Amino acid sequence: MTEMLNEYGVTVTLTVNGQTVTRTVEPRLLLSDFLRHDLGLTGTHVGCEHGSCGACTVIVEGEAARSCIMLAVQADGLEVMTVEGLAPAAGELHPLQTAFREKHGLQCGYCTPGFLMTLAPFLRDHPEPSEAEIREAISGNICRCTGYQNIVDAVKLAAAWQRGEVMAPTVK
Amino acid sequence: MKPAPFRFMAPHSLDEALAGLASYGYEAKLLAGGQSLIPTMNFRLAQPGVLIDLNRIPDLSYIHETAAGGLRIGAMTRQRAVERSALVGTHAPLLHAAMPLIAHVQIRNRGTIGGSLAHADPAAELPAVVTALGGTLRATSADGVRSIGIDDFWVGLFATELAAEEVLTEIELPPLPPRFGWSIQELARRQGDYAMVGAVATLALDGSGVCKQARLVYFSVGEGPVRAPEAERMLIGERITPHVIAAAAQHAATVELDPPGDIHASAAYRRRLAKVLGERTLAEAAGRAALAAEEGA
Repeated sequence: MTEMLNEYGVTVTLTVNGQTVTRTVEPRLLLSDFLRHDLGLTGTHVGCEHGSCGACTVIVEGEAARSCIMLAVQADGLEVMTVEGLAPAAGELHPLQTAFREKHGLQCGYCTPGFLMTLAPFLRDHPEPSEAEIREAISGNICRCTGYQNIVDAVKLAAAWQRGEVMAPTVK
Repeated sequence: MKPAPFRFMAPHSLDEALAGLASYGYEAKLLAGGQSLIPTMNFRLAQPGVLIDLNRIPDLSYIHETAAGGLRIGAMTRQRAVERSALVGTHAPLLHAAMPLIAHVQIRNRGTIGGSLAHADPAAELPAVVTALGGTLRATSADGVRSIGIDDFWVGLFATELAAEEVLTEIELPPLPPRFGWSIQELARRQGDYAMVGAVATLALDGSGVCKQARLVYFSVGEGPVRAPEAERMLIGERITPHVIAAAAQHAATVELDPPGDIHASAAYRRRLAKVLGERTLAEAAGRAALAAEEGA
């Protein structure tokens, strides 16, 4: 039988934003709370905490997933990326982040990390997304400020930059 | 941290998982994709004493073609993998078409086909789809593997034929019959929501265009996926005309279904939707079957 049968402490080792981290956690600790409380990566926001609002979306093994309905122990051995790991370097922005800023794709910003982490794998898989595809892609993320239109515009802009059709600004 | 405390086991083999189930019985809960279980635990509606995580077990995630031309799908196959599978597109186009209707991509990246079936949510698409395709499920316990016909699998609200010591390990879909048509349609207020009502239809025609096989399955109208066997019998042996379709859908919606009313839709509205979606799915399935017959498929 596996040795992990314990309600108090399970040791997990995973990669978060390229760094290997090892922590001992309770099995019931949600991945979202592990990222925020144990690692201090508070860029991952929690809204509904039951998998409906999308605010806590992170990238697990290259795909968007909701960190509030995944246990930290489930991420043992996996690669996780949070919004802190999205930009290529400190002080820079990912093209999606720049596009959100350019197009006013956020107001209060609470939902923004979840949108970004949903959209990064989407743009990888859909270099030329239609508006309908963009709207479907963000259907699992709730924003109460923007009305979504500016978010859709931001995705279109980021996609155009990614395709090299228009020059992306360098943001420092 | 919202779930109540539990002990956690992440076995690396099916045998270990089965041993855990044998030891802890009803105290234990199996964790597949966790996209329904963990929200339920966050609300503390579920407080399992032991959680047995199936995600570390190799060989439960696969999509294979059977010798007969159907599919065998490992229960832990992610819904996203089913959605992206060319084999599923060819051999089970209905299943393929149903995948984008299931929640959102973040959910499908984690959620598994077997988890959805074992959870048996009456509003879920996959139970109705596998029912409409006449699938067979494999349940594994320490005593071996048993096959369960999909119609025998559903026993009530969030309840299945699976015993406490069994793990759902495989879904087998039969080969598509000749001159086959299918359709799934649902009505939800927002993309990714559970449907207020959904319908799935499968039809197969004989060489002269007469219906010889029909399944009409609804979801979000009862305690599980709900077949309309009398409506199906009204189709079999007939040429599928608009009149036949209308009569069958009317019968299903008004006589065979007894949908509940809740904050999402009244019972009367669900009945109305069941009639409309029944007609639309049967018409689309009949169209596809006729096209397949023309193409000699």
